[in-house]
Order: sequence, then C-alpha cells, then structure tokens
Amino acid sequence: MIPFGVEIRNSKFDVWQPKLLQRVSNSLPMTDSVADPGRPVISVVNLRVSYGEREVLHGVSFDVQRGETLVILGGSGSGKSTLLRTLVGLERPSGGEVWIKGVNIAQASDDELDAIRKKLGVSFQGGALFGSMTVGDNVALPLREHTRLEESTISIMVRIKLEQVGLASFEDFMPAQLSGGMKKRAAVARALAMDPEILFFDEPSAGLDPIIAAGIDQLILELKKAYSISMVVVTHELASAFLIADRMLLIDRGNVIAAGTKDELAASQNSRVRQFLDRVPEPQVEDELNYLQMLTGERETRH
Amino acid sequence: MTVTAPRASPHTKLRSKAEVPMKTEGIAALPNRVGFETLKGLAYVGGLARLAGESLYVTFVGPFRGQRLRPQRAFHQAMAVGVQAIPIVSLISFFVGLIMALQSAYELRRLGAIQFVANAVAISIVRELGPLITAIIVIGRSGSAFAAEIGTMKVTEEVDALETMALRPVSFLAAPKFLAMLVMVPCLTIWSDWMGIMGGCLFGVAGANFTFASYLRATRDALVLRDVSTGLVKSALFAVVITAVGCQEGFSTGAGAEEVGRSTTAAVVKSIFLVIAVDLVFTALFYFTNGA
Repeated sequence: MIPFGVEIRNSKFDVWQPKLLQRVSNSLPMTDSVADPGRPVISVVNLRVSYGEREVLHGVSFDVQRGETLVILGGSGSGKSTLLRTLVGLERPSGGEVWIKGVNIAQASDDELDAIRKKLGVSFQGGALFGSMTVGDNVALPLREHTRLEESTISIMVRIKLEQVGLASFEDFMPAQLSGGMKKRAAVARALAMDPEILFFDEPSAGLDPIIAAGIDQLILELKKAYSISMVVVTHELASAFLIADRMLLIDRGNVIAAGTKDELAASQNSRVRQFLDRVPEPQVEDELNYLQMLTGERETRH
Repeated sequence: MTVTAPRASPHTKLRSKAEVPMKTEGIAALPNRVGFETLKGLAYVGGLARLAGESLYVTFVGPFRGQRLRPQRAFHQAMAVGVQAIPIVSLISFFVGLIMALQSAYELRRLGAIQFVANAVAISIVRELGPLITAIIVIGRSGSAFAAEIGTMKVTEEVDALETMALRPVSFLAAPKFLAMLVMVPCLTIWSDWMGIMGGCLFGVAGANFTFASYLRATRDALVLRDVSTGLVKSALFAVVITAVGCQEGFSTGAGAEEVGRSTTAAVVKSIFLVIAVDLVFTALFYFTNGA
C-alpha cells in the first residue's frame, strides 16, 4: 500500500504542483477522469512504417482499451519492436494514424508529442538506465525535469517507486552493479515515476532466466492489479504473454495475423498462428529460386 | 540459369580495348562523385550548424522562454573538459613554448637579434599555437569522449529513453557540453598561452640573457590586445566545432559496440580537420579585415 502520493496537476499551465495527499493506491486510478471511459486510449489505424524504401509494417490497425493489457506477439523481424517504437513516437510512420489520448502522434508537433510522452512510461529491453546516475537518480530524473516538486518529496516518491518494484534498498546503486532482472525492475520504477496512464514494455522477459522472468511477469500483474494502467507489452515469450495478457495481437511480417483474447488466439487455426504458438520451425527453403533470393537478400517481407 | 561469361582473350590489344570504356566510365563518373561528396560534406556541416544552433538556443535563449537550463550538468562537463585538462595542457604548451623559443633563437641568433625571441614566442603562441594546441588536446580528451558517451547511450537505448521521457536529447546532452566548452576552452587557451610563454621564458632566462621580469616585460611589449582577442575568438569557435562534431557523431552512431569506436575515430579526425579549416578561414579573415 502506498502511504501517500502526489497527484495534483494544473492542466491549464501544464505544470505539476507539489501537494501531498493521503491516498491508497488501489483506490486511485491514474487515468484521466474527464476522458470518455469507452474510448480506447490507443487507436492505431492502417499504420505503415518504412525504413528507407523497405516497408516494415504494412497497414496495422488495433485499439488498446483503458486499463487493458495488450500483448503484441511476434517472431524476430516481424516488426513488433518497430510497432512499439512508433507507438511511443520514436519512429515516424510513413502512413496511417496513431491516436493516443486523442492526439494523432503521427502528425503531432514535437511539443504535442512531449505532452503525450509525459503520460507514458516505457520500459526498454535492456533497461536503458542512465549509466552515469544512481538507480535513485534514474527514477528521480523525470520528476526533477518535469515537476517542481521539492527534492525531499522527490526522494520519498523515488523510494515508493523502488519499493513497488522490490528494489527499495538499491537506491544508491549504480546500474552497472545490478543484475539483468534488477535493471528491468529499476527501468519499470523509472517508467512509473510520472504516474503514467499507459505503460509500454519492450521484451520484459528477454535474456532473463525463468525464475527472474517469472518475477517480472509477477511485477506486471501486480502493477495491473494496483493501478488501472493500460499496458502494451511486446514479447515473443509465449508463457509470459499468456500469463499477463488481456488481449493479444500476433504480428507476422509486418501484418497483424491474429488478434483477440488469450483463448481466441489459442484456438486459432491460422497456419502461421499455429506455427508460432506450437513453435514449429520455418520449413527448409527447397525451391532453388527462393534460395537464391534468400542468399541475395531479395526475399520479400510482405506476403 | 546459366550465365555465359565473355571469353577472355589473351590478346593484348583486345584487353586494352576492353579497359578503355571502363576508364571512360570512371572519368565520366568523377564529376558525379565529386558533386555527391561535396553535397554530403555540405549536408554534414549543415547538420553541425543545426545542432550547434539548437544547443546555443537552448543555452542562451531557452532560459528566457521558460526552458530549463541545466547548470549542474554543464558544471560537471566543465570540470571534465577544463579543470582536468589543465595538467596536460600546461605540460604540452610549456614544451611547445620552449621549442618555439629554441627554433626562433636558432635563426635570430644568426641575425644578432636574439632579444626578439620573446616577441617571436609571444606572438606565435598567443595568436596561433595556444588556441590550436588547446583545441587539439580538447579534441583528444573531450571531443572523442562526447562521441563515445552519446554513442554508447544511443546503442544502449538511453537516448531513446530520454526521448520517451519527453527530454530532448540535444537539450539534455548536447547543450550542457556546448556551454561548458564555450567557457572552458577559451579559459584553457589563456592558460595555454601563459604556459607557452613560460616555456619561452625558460629558454630566455637560461640561454638569451633575459631575467624573468625582463622576459615578461618584452612579452608584454610585443603583444597587443588584438593578438589575445583573435586567439580567444578562434578558441571559442574551435569549442563550438569540437562539441558539434563530437555530439553529431555520437547521435549518428548505429547499432553495436563497433559503431561507437567508428564514431569516436570519426569525431577526432573530422574535428581536427574542421578546426584547422576554421583556423585558416578566420586567420585569413583577421588578416584581411585588420591588416594584421
């Protein structure tokens, strides 16, 4: 239970004002109370992303509802990480729309994008903690940069966030002194620092042993239970995906080939979905022309 | 699919005929290549100007428009760029001053004008060698470090993390470096000038019948304010060039550790070239505008 929080924002001037409020985290949703509850927090419409002349996403569409955990599944090179990077504004789409909190970030100005990003938290695959700062300073950074909170208040908030991810006693550690799992937890604490309305995870279990990976899954479930944050998790770990997802999306070669609940996805008879879920390896390339195309890098990504 | 290769003829005449179109093609492609490389170079300089402009805007205009200045980060950079460079700048500048004195004394002695050694050292150090030596040392210490630091942050997604936290990488990473460099490189240059003069002074006292005081007096008489100011203007420009190149190379780092090495090397090589080019341009400019 969180003893208190800081949650007063003056939207008119877009500044955060320090005020300590007694609150119980479970009873205080971190969503925009004036927003339409039925409206999706993220709406992706016919999204296309290209690197140079190579199109990676070929018209992807989906919604993320308020408080929902959407898991985006896909194999290596399927375009799922590109999709996540586009959702957080790191890649500019070549076509389509990405609506987040009522703003189409595909066409948003830098200032509009920054305003949206303050409502997002992103946990990167490797943690992306700043190596020159302590874990505590990493978590405190967005609070110091975007709020006018007293240093003493920031310090308390940092401890709360670290406590939430089970790193309470690691505030003064440098990121290099942490294990892989701890780095990911610290990254989650930093992503939570600004009380985000949407949380993005890029491969949260990648590179971790099963026990640590299960701990990260547990952390995501706890966050889901504690707050009604909408989450988008990109992963290729099936066990993890089926544990944490409300809905799932399977991306293959830049297209959404399946979307639905866990049960719907598990029952899918689509051959590519089955291949992914049943972990069937790609068949050997037997056709001579296809083999030559593969060798010369001319194999098409779109089918 | 069978591809039939043209049969190679052992006949010399035929071989030389085959080479002619290739050479013509190479010559014909030359203007294209030169044009492409020129445009690439101009685009690179344009990128540097944009980065420098954005950083200087954030540093000097932004605070008046409600943007956040990060003095602690700039102070931290200033310590690394300036204070920690003092020993090596002192040593090298002292040696260069001493070498300049020895080299000029070699010629001046033959002309019976060894008393002008202080003038030769003072003018060459203050107008040219002090700013240049300082710039080269700063490139080696800090320009490379900027590229490596930002490049590593790029590889480990820290730059992306900054962006997703609504922190502009240029404002957060580059602007404090520009501020620190703009303050510290001219300061280091003044110190380098002093140490170079001290190097000359060692020779003056030991080998040219000067006393410490008379050498300093001769140095003071040899210099005019413009000598110092042109050196300092150049050093400030060098600071901008070194920081822009270091940051630009860092931000353009691709994926992988190898890329960080490539960025660091590129930052050093390009910085040295651009510093010398800027030095040439501004020295010529000062010469033609001031007649000095």
